[in-house]
Amino acid sequence: MNTPPSSTFFSAPPDWSWLVVLYFFVGGLAGGCYFIAVMIDFLGRPTDRPLARLGYYISFPCIVLSGILLTLDLHRPLRFWHMLIESNTFQPMFKPWSPMSLGSWALTIFGLFSLIAFVSALSEEGRIDSPRARMWRPPAPVGAVISIIGGLLAFFVAGYTGVLLAVTNRPIWSDSPLLGMLFVISAASISASLMLLLAHRSRWTMPGVNALHRLDGWVVLLELIVLIAFLVSLGPVFRALVSAWGVLLLLGVIILGMGIPLALFWRRDLLGEHNVLGIAVLVLIGGFLLRLIIVFSAQGV
Amino acid sequence: MAEPMGFYTDTTVCIGCKACEVACKEWNQLPSRNGGQTTLSGNSYDNTRALDGIHWRHVKFVEQFTDDRKDGRWLLMSDVCKHCVQAACLEVCPTGAIIRTEFDTVVIQSDACNGCRDCISACPFGVIDINPASGTAQKCTLCYDRLQAGMQPACSQACPTESIQFGTIRELKDRAQKRVAQLQQMGEKRAYLYGADEKMLGGLNSFYLLVDRPEVYNLPPDPQMPTRNLKLGSWFSVLGAVLVSLFGVINFRNRGAEERP
Repeated sequence: MNTPPSSTFFSAPPDWSWLVVLYFFVGGLAGGCYFIAVMIDFLGRPTDRPLARLGYYISFPCIVLSGILLTLDLHRPLRFWHMLIESNTFQPMFKPWSPMSLGSWALTIFGLFSLIAFVSALSEEGRIDSPRARMWRPPAPVGAVISIIGGLLAFFVAGYTGVLLAVTNRPIWSDSPLLGMLFVISAASISASLMLLLAHRSRWTMPGVNALHRLDGWVVLLELIVLIAFLVSLGPVFRALVSAWGVLLLLGVIILGMGIPLALFWRRDLLGEHNVLGIAVLVLIGGFLLRLIIVFSAQGV
Repeated sequence: MAEPMGFYTDTTVCIGCKACEVACKEWNQLPSRNGGQTTLSGNSYDNTRALDGIHWRHVKFVEQFTDDRKDGRWLLMSDVCKHCVQAACLEVCPTGAIIRTEFDTVVIQSDACNGCRDCISACPFGVIDINPASGTAQKCTLCYDRLQAGMQPACSQACPTESIQFGTIRELKDRAQKRVAQLQQMGEKRAYLYGADEKMLGGLNSFYLLVDRPEVYNLPPDPQMPTRNLKLGSWFSVLGAVLVSLFGVINFRNRGAEERP
């Protein structure tokens, strides 16, 4: 009998499937877009406010969709509340050392913060008549506090999924501590790309768009470095990725989702006015494929 | 709390009769299969294949023969949940459905489980799976209901060779160590105990006497707690967040470039 490269090869797959892949992607967008919007609120110019509002407009529907996807993935969906309330005692169910328990609370609380920002953005744009809601975003002091707490929760929502996978005993997932870091950075890259895509579609030209574009470039480069570090950190377990999933990772994520966008960042004239569009679409595809490959490859071992 | 109870499985006297599997299914009212037809695995006499939501006992058949089959041996082992002292499933379960009983065994409360499957990926032995009938994660309960009534588990009671022995962990370890010494005296130098040592997840309350490497029995040589990655993984995530924030500050502060991207 061939000796497996790690004791993780004796565990069983949980059969997390498409709903979880979609959640990882949509949840990453929810956290990433909120955080970028907070950053624009604090550091951007008044002319950048529509870009920040765009981030909040993406974040809230995505966090609602995340909750739906996670609930549907349960084998007993009507018991979703067992994640938050202990079903026998009706006491709060909270295990800080379990990423899934912590994540359930984070999603719930972040959902509230995302809703607040969503309503505030609608109010600023005059779509709802609530002057008080405008104070829930910077530069108002109350808004600044809300945004800082919400921004921290947003990062948590974007990255805890990677830590959750690492806190298992499955091959690949639990054979490296870098998955959470990779997911945080990837959430930033896909979120910046989606916001750029929608800003490009609306033909926005405010300075914040340019800054976001440059941020996206740096984050994609960082993501590529961390992905390579993740693959190296797998050590002998890397051989589990010598499969169709590994080929897809190389072609779909490293080359299509990171290499080509980086080339387009570097040579802005390659696609002319479609440059931003090309980068954004490719980074989004790469970010989705990354999650798909991570989720499915470890379960096929 | 009662004294810790568990199983000691002496694989050298297992005859592969599967009485334990049948007794487990009968007592716990588990179906023989999840719909469909009975199929043969093609792997020796093992058609149960693995532990899962409806198979809480699994007799493994390992054939170690030369190519001409003139020489060789059978390794037989009745596998079950290890009821780890440091239980990975219990640690990660986000609903509190998995509990430790007064017998120091690990039980999944089906009425509290919502089928999230975190425990399945956490168990280093691949023991847990969803029972399609209940939609919840299930595994051996070490017959918790029988223990509460002062009875022994169905499998150990049914075992005709006393390969599966039930008792207090202290007693079982004592008995197992004597058996290892006996086997080694008889010339079986490969005999050793798997999981009796506290170094393995604090000790397995279902431990085994084996005569080959753990991998041969499809057991992990070095099972770990899933939370080993929690601290480092979290710190790396924070580092990722700090780096993204730093890039954000640099790019949004340095807004010298007014041109369109």
